[in-house]
Amino acid sequence: MMRLPLFEFRMPRTIDEAVLILDGEGPKAMPLAGGTDLLPNMKRRQQVPKTLMSLRYIEDLNRVRMEASASRLGACVTLADIAADPRFRNGLTALAQAASLVATPHIRNMATLGGNLCLDTRCNYYDQNYEWRKAIDFCLKKDGDTCWVAPGSLKCMAVSSTDTAPALIALGARVRLVSRLEEREVLLGELYNNDGLDYIKRKPNEILAEVLLDSLHGWKSTYWKLRRRGSFDFPVLSVAAAARFTESGVVEDARIVMGSAASRPLVALDAAKTLVGRPLNGESIAEAAVLAARIAKPLDNTDFDMSWRKRVTGEFVTCALRELRGDDVSGERLSYMRTHSH
Amino acid sequence: MRVIGVPRRRVDARAKVTGQTRFADDIFLPRMAYCKLLRSPHPHARIRKMDTSRAAAHNGVYLVLSGKDLPIEYGILPVSQDEQALCVDHVRHVGDPVAAVVAREELTAFEALDLIDVEYELLTTIADPEEALATPAPRIHEYGEEGNIHKRVSLEFGDVEQGFAEADEVFEDTFFYQGNTHLPIEQHASMAIKDPEGKLTIWSSTQTPHYLHRALAKVLQMPPGHIRVIATPNGGGFGGKSDPFNHEIVVAKAALLLDRPVKICLTREEVFYCHRGRHPVLMKFKTGVKKDGTITGMHLQTLIDGGAYGSYGVASTFYTGALQTVTYHVPRYKFQGCRTFTNKPPCGPKRGHGTVQPRFGQEVQLDKIAEKLSIDPADLRLRIAESSNAVTANFFRLSVVNLSECIRRVVKNSDWKEKFRKMPDGRGVGLACSAYLTGAGLPIYWNKMPHSGVHIKFDRGGGVAVFCGATEIGQGSDDVLAGIVAEVLGLETFDIRLYTGDTDLGPVDLGSYSSRVTIMAGNAALQAAERGREMIAEAAAEKLGVPKERLRFADKRVFDSAAPEKCLTFAQAVCNAEARFGTIGTMGSYTPPKSPALYKGGGVGPSPTYSYTAAVVEVAVNPATGWITVPKIWIAHDIGRALNPTLVRGQVEGSVYMGLGEALMEEQEFRRLPKKLSHALVHKFPSMLEYKSPTSLDMPEVITELIEEPDPRGPFGAKEVGQGPLLPIMPAVANAVYDALGVRIDEVPITPEKIMKALAEKKAGRTPRFGPNHFPKVNWPEALRVPPPWEGGDGNAVNDVPRAAKHNPEKEKVLSP
Repeated sequence: MMRLPLFEFRMPRTIDEAVLILDGEGPKAMPLAGGTDLLPNMKRRQQVPKTLMSLRYIEDLNRVRMEASASRLGACVTLADIAADPRFRNGLTALAQAASLVATPHIRNMATLGGNLCLDTRCNYYDQNYEWRKAIDFCLKKDGDTCWVAPGSLKCMAVSSTDTAPALIALGARVRLVSRLEEREVLLGELYNNDGLDYIKRKPNEILAEVLLDSLHGWKSTYWKLRRRGSFDFPVLSVAAAARFTESGVVEDARIVMGSAASRPLVALDAAKTLVGRPLNGESIAEAAVLAARIAKPLDNTDFDMSWRKRVTGEFVTCALRELRGDDVSGERLSYMRTHSH
Repeated sequence: MRVIGVPRRRVDARAKVTGQTRFADDIFLPRMAYCKLLRSPHPHARIRKMDTSRAAAHNGVYLVLSGKDLPIEYGILPVSQDEQALCVDHVRHVGDPVAAVVAREELTAFEALDLIDVEYELLTTIADPEEALATPAPRIHEYGEEGNIHKRVSLEFGDVEQGFAEADEVFEDTFFYQGNTHLPIEQHASMAIKDPEGKLTIWSSTQTPHYLHRALAKVLQMPPGHIRVIATPNGGGFGGKSDPFNHEIVVAKAALLLDRPVKICLTREEVFYCHRGRHPVLMKFKTGVKKDGTITGMHLQTLIDGGAYGSYGVASTFYTGALQTVTYHVPRYKFQGCRTFTNKPPCGPKRGHGTVQPRFGQEVQLDKIAEKLSIDPADLRLRIAESSNAVTANFFRLSVVNLSECIRRVVKNSDWKEKFRKMPDGRGVGLACSAYLTGAGLPIYWNKMPHSGVHIKFDRGGGVAVFCGATEIGQGSDDVLAGIVAEVLGLETFDIRLYTGDTDLGPVDLGSYSSRVTIMAGNAALQAAERGREMIAEAAAEKLGVPKERLRFADKRVFDSAAPEKCLTFAQAVCNAEARFGTIGTMGSYTPPKSPALYKGGGVGPSPTYSYTAAVVEVAVNPATGWITVPKIWIAHDIGRALNPTLVRGQVEGSVYMGLGEALMEEQEFRRLPKKLSHALVHKFPSMLEYKSPTSLDMPEVITELIEEPDPRGPFGAKEVGQGPLLPIMPAVANAVYDALGVRIDEVPITPEKIMKALAEKKAGRTPRFGPNHFPKVNWPEALRVPPPWEGGDGNAVNDVPRAAKHNPEKEKVLSP
């Protein structure tokens, strides 16, 4: 079987202690926030940190505070907790759905919100073990010089594969990043780079400590995920949509975010803009679907054919918006995701 | 009957659900060392130089082995001895092992692999059969037909052109069946020791301990009597653990050299390199039919991607053409098959071995024929289904055939007549049928000995121990043995102790493949148990003073059926018999009946009897995206008799599950990097995450019916169930997609992308179809002409050299698994 490389293991009890460790160890240390992705990656030698620092025992990171005006979610809240917690409904439905659709029940019991937000980008040329990667002479993301997805590319094309990030971006979330000397808040939509290698703006000495949400009163949201099977699989396309309606059903504000269609979640600004000031009708939904699909650029490095994934983008935007309008799309949801709506 | 036919908890259930089953990787021994294999990173290369000294000097490393330590070639078939445990000078696929490191820790062994320096000279990569046909050099192997063609066969049973001339319609279709792999949850693992006497013992997750025994004796050059192979319970096999494997030989050698237990457990990626899975097959079917659907002749050509080694490939090649005649009556039949070598992990036997691919083609083509002739596909099949006790055009003798009843049941259960061509757009139903062997009629190596033996020991306390080489791979072979013996002796299965899969303890059973265990080990167990009962009854009759014929064995007693109070407990009866005859032990064995298929190649396909299956699959396809789901499946299986209906239903549902995976998503796919930049040809996703196989959430509701008419050839009338029910699923899905959207997907897997492409063709007014459009030219040999029985044939070819005139008939004969 595959064995983990040797590493040092640290388990700080406070955020202060944790950032001190990160500061001292430098980039050779990695926070462990569930480990459902990091540990397999280490077995495949994609990441070989000298030190693993568990965040599990830091109480502050395990807190959920939800008030009418705002919510704060600790980074180490598990995806299973989010999926099961009735407080994550109504406006926050997209987050609960996204969390409930990650991998398998076992993995969701371990995996955390912060871990999923920081999830390494994925690629069929990269998520392979050491011997396989040696057989292709490695790739740009790790130990090699060529991006085999697009051999002319100077940039790594690995795919953002987090489920919760598109959902939280659609909900307008911010994250709080803490290092030894400073603390900063960043809009989640601005945390990511469209670069498979340097995909996240979290610095190696920072901990993503909390997710912050303003009041979502009046908002409705939903999350659609494309994957081959009803369990296990990372998304190969996802659509998170959120909208606030007037009493007469006119869209006051809307956000549409696509996951797994680039190295970062893609915010479909034009598609969202076209919805505002109109009711969600067949016409506006169709326009938004076309505008959103236009910016999705799936590549041949995940499951499914890339042009087919692009085609599904429009279909998923349509389904998501129809769902927000109140249409019954439970049949489609069950068919694609093998799961019922929340 | 108290045991047979009663749904029971299987005998090994408790151990499995409580986690007490000891798989090969669960064995830990004092002083054990771990083995890792260094594998070729190149698809095709010569080894120029290898230096293992740095690895050997690494702290914690006990031993480094390379090709020169194990140069003797082996392979499962006598005609394909083409593997070396560690490649000596030629690597043939990415993952071919070249060296082994044995170390105190597994991590150390892994790290030391990087310290072995190998210099390769790269050779041209051959990625698929068409490339193999076009690239005679460099040769992947120095044997075979020519160039990179491993095996070519051509057989003709009656004049097929005459058949087409008599037809009202002739259909020509090409199909492609993608390769896929077994995906057992347990990775292959082995542990070898030099036992205290200095002999070799190996525990291994193998389906065929007897064949591993032979391979070890050959490569290690040891007397077989000094080698003990113990097949541990397999965590799934499906054909993937039927070959002797390089890692088994390597740990055996290392244990002998080090005098330490040596273990290996493969990674999932390495299991993909062992492979031996479903061959990718391109097929061309030409079928002539009368207006009423009667088949007048069929010509089938198959082009088979064999991968880098022979494995079971010669047999697989014959199997792609063997069973077409066993389901439906085909009066004239021509078959041509060609297997090529390619630089990919070797293909071999996977559930349904070689017959799955042409079954897909035949059943989809029948759907097309039915539509053209305006006959309901179920009715068409009822008209042409083979009948009991027939001898087919290619001289396979059938026993009980209940295909028609299977068809009638699924038609009724699924409400077929109300659904077919009547469901709304995007919904559809499809029907398909199949047949499968109940055990290969011939062994893999030529011999006249039994295929299975059972030894039963009767204890004075009434205990009964059953010894047999049969191997439990999850299919329930232990339960079959216990059930049969318990039934005959009037005991419960809990009273039976089983010693199976051990070459030292039990008589030979050839292994868990070709659906042979129930009929062969089962019949052997039946014979041994009946012989034991006979002795016990004879002594008891004397003791009780009643005629032997009146004695019954039930409820752990032997009693007079006319006066049940006249009885002995089973334990008393055994003691009584032992006093009369001496120690009681009985033997049973089984040899399949002789086949009338005497022509060369006729060794693949004969079976004591065949199972039959029919299935209806319902699909829902989204016309906007091609997204396909399967809400429900109805299946009926002609089992003869269900020895343990719980297990039989489990096998049927497991087959449906595996069949759906093959139909919808599974692909052993390879990625070639741009040729200008790289030589690489790698498995696209050798992991359980990215090699897609359905989850429990993707399983539909399955309605299973068992058709039970006992077959005189089977123990208590039983036929096989391990493989047959898989076969109709894939074509039934394809036929259902056509019913749903009017597009033909003539290849598997049937994916949303392919459905969208076919819909685009339909929209553009072209043939609404996705699938292959040509079959390349193959330089076929002259066909062996075998007149079918109704043309006066005797099972021999009329244009072959008689077998007796050959120097070495054993070697010439192609034997079947």
